[in-house]
Amino acid sequence: MSDRPELEQSPEEKKPGRLGSRLFREITGVGVDWRSAMLVPLLAVITALIVSAVIIAITDVDALRMWGSKPGEAAAETFGTIRDAYVALFKGAFWGLKAFSETLIAAAPLILTGLSVAIGFRAGLFNIGPEGQMLMGGLAATIIGFYFDLPAVIHLPFALLGGLVAGAIWGGIPGLLRAKTGAHEVITTIMLNWIAIRFIDWVLKTSFVQQGGRQDPVSKNVRPSALLPRFFDDPTIRLHAGVIVALLAAAFIFWLLYRTTIGYQFRAVGYNPDAAHYAGMKVTWMYVLVMAIAGGMAGLGGANQILGPLVRATPGFSAGIGFDAIALALLGRSHPVGVVLAGLLFGALEAGGREMQVATDVSIDLILVVQALIVVFIAAPALIRAIYRVRTGGEAERITKGWAA
Amino acid sequence: MMRRRLALVALLAVFGLVVAACGDDDGGTTAAPTTTAATTTTAAPTTTAAPTTTAPPETTTTAAPIAAKICEITDVGGIDDKSFNETAWRGMELARDQLGVEVAYLESQAATDYRPNIDAFVNEGCELIITVGFLLANDTALAACDYPDQKFAIIDQQPEFYPGSPWADADGNPLCDFSQVRGLTFATDEAAFLAGYLAAGMTQSGVVGTFGGINIPPVTIFMDGFVKGVRYYNELNGTDVQALGWNPDTAEGLFTGNFESLDDGRAFGENLNDEGADIVLPVAGPVGLGTAAAAQERGFLVIGVDADQYLTAPEFAGVWLTSILKNMDVAVLNTITNVLNLGSVGNLYVGTLANGGVGLAPYHDLEGTVPADLAAAIEQIKADIIAAGGLAAFLTS
Repeated sequence: MSDRPELEQSPEEKKPGRLGSRLFREITGVGVDWRSAMLVPLLAVITALIVSAVIIAITDVDALRMWGSKPGEAAAETFGTIRDAYVALFKGAFWGLKAFSETLIAAAPLILTGLSVAIGFRAGLFNIGPEGQMLMGGLAATIIGFYFDLPAVIHLPFALLGGLVAGAIWGGIPGLLRAKTGAHEVITTIMLNWIAIRFIDWVLKTSFVQQGGRQDPVSKNVRPSALLPRFFDDPTIRLHAGVIVALLAAAFIFWLLYRTTIGYQFRAVGYNPDAAHYAGMKVTWMYVLVMAIAGGMAGLGGANQILGPLVRATPGFSAGIGFDAIALALLGRSHPVGVVLAGLLFGALEAGGREMQVATDVSIDLILVVQALIVVFIAAPALIRAIYRVRTGGEAERITKGWAA
Repeated sequence: MMRRRLALVALLAVFGLVVAACGDDDGGTTAAPTTTAATTTTAAPTTTAAPTTTAPPETTTTAAPIAAKICEITDVGGIDDKSFNETAWRGMELARDQLGVEVAYLESQAATDYRPNIDAFVNEGCELIITVGFLLANDTALAACDYPDQKFAIIDQQPEFYPGSPWADADGNPLCDFSQVRGLTFATDEAAFLAGYLAAGMTQSGVVGTFGGINIPPVTIFMDGFVKGVRYYNELNGTDVQALGWNPDTAEGLFTGNFESLDDGRAFGENLNDEGADIVLPVAGPVGLGTAAAAQERGFLVIGVDADQYLTAPEFAGVWLTSILKNMDVAVLNTITNVLNLGSVGNLYVGTLANGGVGLAPYHDLEGTVPADLAAAIEQIKADIIAAGGLAAFLTS
């Protein structure tokens, strides 16, 4: 890259951490101007879909067999498979109320956990713990959901709030450890994920939580008064109010980050903790607060799953959504609006992938490949720029110089 | 996370298959089979194997019109787990080859997928939907109530009505009429008992071990029968072989907590081996493959589950002492036959030693190491269990 020599020229850049933080910003999208921030994800998604089409082609054995004898038909067959797969993917995600409902259901927890990771990135923190925070939040929502017998107007908000608070506590612990001892949040959040996973395994077997009459680890059912209400009477259209919770949460995070002093301080800490400290901000306190809010969002995501589609807790009900969230926050450039869009895209891939497998026998595992490729291209913005010869290079250079100075 | 790694491996494997498939293209292209390459190639060698499969491999598929579409939904272990889901899928493939039905499957990535997967197949017009496993019980029950005309079969579950049952409300009353749902259940402990007896007779160290995926009845029934078999051996022969990993009296034991992580399978196998166990029974679908890999490196033996894993996972051929067969393929084929011939799913299916629904796989490479009198004793116990009409009756007699 052309900016390499400039790195050499500046003695500042040689300090360890400088290059890391520049890369961090470019990957997470923090501090990148919005046009470049939009362009790279868009191109990454398109590239991932193109590469996946190639993968569909080379895994279509019937067509591959034909290449030797009838290349014309083979080409038509291959093209047909790719077209059918992507048409099914689109239809399964957006065609009709039921399909779109499935997309939104899948998107809601992804948006909430994505916000959790994104707000961490904004403040320069890696929250790798949404999975554990989700589990703890979901567990709190489960217990409030089955233990209390309250009218729905109180019960549902209470259960959601319980999820939020439990997630905030679980997220706040690594923040506190970072502030008080300097223990890095990447390590502590990952470890707390495992503690949460094993804790859920244990707690589901206790007589207080376990469903009566069952030997297996499954919680009691949440009372109907705590469930997120559905929009339609048709039992096959499962869209529930969780998507509204997710959108409100995104709006809240946007407001917090860009319209409040606290949000300004978060971002200042993210840009340069030393300068923020010099400017009189309590950086250590910020770490705790950011991680607690991040944990709260993930906890809300867990509560959303329990009070929405699941109704009861089982081991590992978070199902890896907390890890998908990291990819999602990267794709969404750590911006609340970006996270909502990325959440919708990932939700659409999930809902559409099912239809793709049913209709065309293209394995749903391809969706994981698409998601993984998106992350690869996001994490290597230089690659995307090189492929498409995008002129954002100039802008990036200017930004780089700005930081180096 | 583990699924992610699996997916990557699967992708590489598929790529390998493609390369292999291209190699034998001699221009003699045949009509396209409808399933994907991965499933046909992995399942092909296994069909001839299980002693109870009724499929003569030479059965010629006549170009009959497609009778019906039969659909399978896996749990999170995936269709190619070389064990649980794959055995059920083999029954689907037998039905495709013998009965000319169209078959399809959907893999569940998470518990939230079960219901949408069922809905997707209902919309697809599947004549019969087979949900593979205990974990799908709640969603199968609710879907069966929402679609009273849709035929279902569920493995390891049957509509039962007690408080806390997936099929009943809080008072134990049925959620709805489940006459279109067939339970496919297995007295797996009968076969596991034989495996426990075998392990106790084969161990050099005097210690054997087991662990499960999740603490649910269809898993623990393996461990239960296994440990009881070990105890029975001790009782009969005056030995003191220890069985680690499961206590039938307290219903507590070792569990990985998932059906996905091969790494957990390795770790649990190594831990049991460190504790002295030289024969390990992993009851966790694909997780057991991790144990087999550890066994191959360290030189202990593993007992397979569900399918004859000597055949489904031949890369670990030397470590499979035997396998506890749970012939879900027979049950699935039987149900599909019922649907086609009778128009209904049929009554509850219970696989036993007597009807061949469960059994012990051959010893294969280790045939020579199993003493003749031990093998004979196992045959005798098997006959006695069948004669007594079940394991419980056998043990009390």
